Amino acid sequence: MGEEEVVQKRQKAVVLVLRAAALLATAAATIVMALNKETRTFVVATVGTTPVTASITAKFQQTPANVFFVIANAMASNHNLMMIGSDLFGIDYRGFKLPLVAILDMLNAALLSAGVHGAAFMAQLAKNGNSHARWNEICDKFQGYCNRGGIAILASYVGLLVTLGITVVSIVKLLKPKPQPQPLASEIEVP
Amino acid sequence: MAKIRKAVTVILRLIALAATVVAVVIMVTSKETAHVLNLTFTAKFTHTPAFKYYVVAEAIAGVYTIVALLLSSKSLLSRLILILDVVMAMVLTSSISAALAIAQVGKHGNSHAGWLPICGQVPHYCDKLIISLVAGFVAALVYLLLLVYTLRAALSPVFAIKS
Repeated sequence: MGEEEVVQKRQKAVVLVLRAAALLATAAATIVMALNKETRTFVVATVGTTPVTASITAKFQQTPANVFFVIANAMASNHNLMMIGSDLFGIDYRGFKLPLVAILDMLNAALLSAGVHGAAFMAQLAKNGNSHARWNEICDKFQGYCNRGGIAILASYVGLLVTLGITVVSIVKLLKPKPQPQPLASEIEVP
Repeated sequence: MAKIRKAVTVILRLIALAATVVAVVIMVTSKETAHVLNLTFTAKFTHTPAFKYYVVAEAIAGVYTIVALLLSSKSLLSRLILILDVVMAMVLTSSISAALAIAQVGKHGNSHAGWLPICGQVPHYCDKLIISLVAGFVAALVYLLLLVYTLRAALSPVFAIKS
């Protein structure tokens, strides 16, 4: 009996460490993308000898995919925070906890995957442009914005992989057969 | 109880299969040429990496759905199929999200980046894309529903479900 408890405690510790890693990764992605902003001044025209400058700002709010990225990562880190809190403080769901955690983890992984891939393909479009649609690339002018966006997307990918691992562990825990209590010899009915 | 569970799973997988097939076929056959000021302007799905990824991902999910339907009778592989279902749900959500991100730029443009919308020049291409994206979204939703149903149905032999 003691050995089983030790194994269970070790499993709990592993899941807790994974959740902390996912929380760190998604929180970092949220913060880096949310603070992503770059302003550049360009010379637009020359009137006589004085150049006319215009300052253009690149913000994450200008791209709906990046807005979704920030929201998805914020929700994922919130979920991981809640799960770590409930693990540490032992809230009792009366036996419904395991499937609830598995379902929520799986939905969280799907949300995170959608967020990161939308932002990743928008970043690819910003970096390479699309000659067929006459869309110019913008990363040559806004290198800092693109670099920070890339870091945020990488962090979110790491969070996604870790969240996948947590989901698999939660589902495997859910599917493990629970030990059935053996009936007493006096209670067995002979049909 | 097991029969109802299996029937619901098969129906959900069939709906997802139909949705992925529709998404792939319509996006692959969507092509339009527009003539604007002596320039010919062709719109195909191969011009955009996001749509190429969408077609490949939906095709993979469709093939996996067929395999899962054929293997659903064996209970040995049920755990593997469940894990692969999770992976496929994430692949589907990622592909639809990527395609939607690029399609939103194509429909509304992005004034901050100087990107003009293209749906004005190629309206039929855009309509077909909308149908394909809706089908892909339905496939992702159905896969998530399937997963939630499978995980909830795993409760019943283990302990009593609270109503």
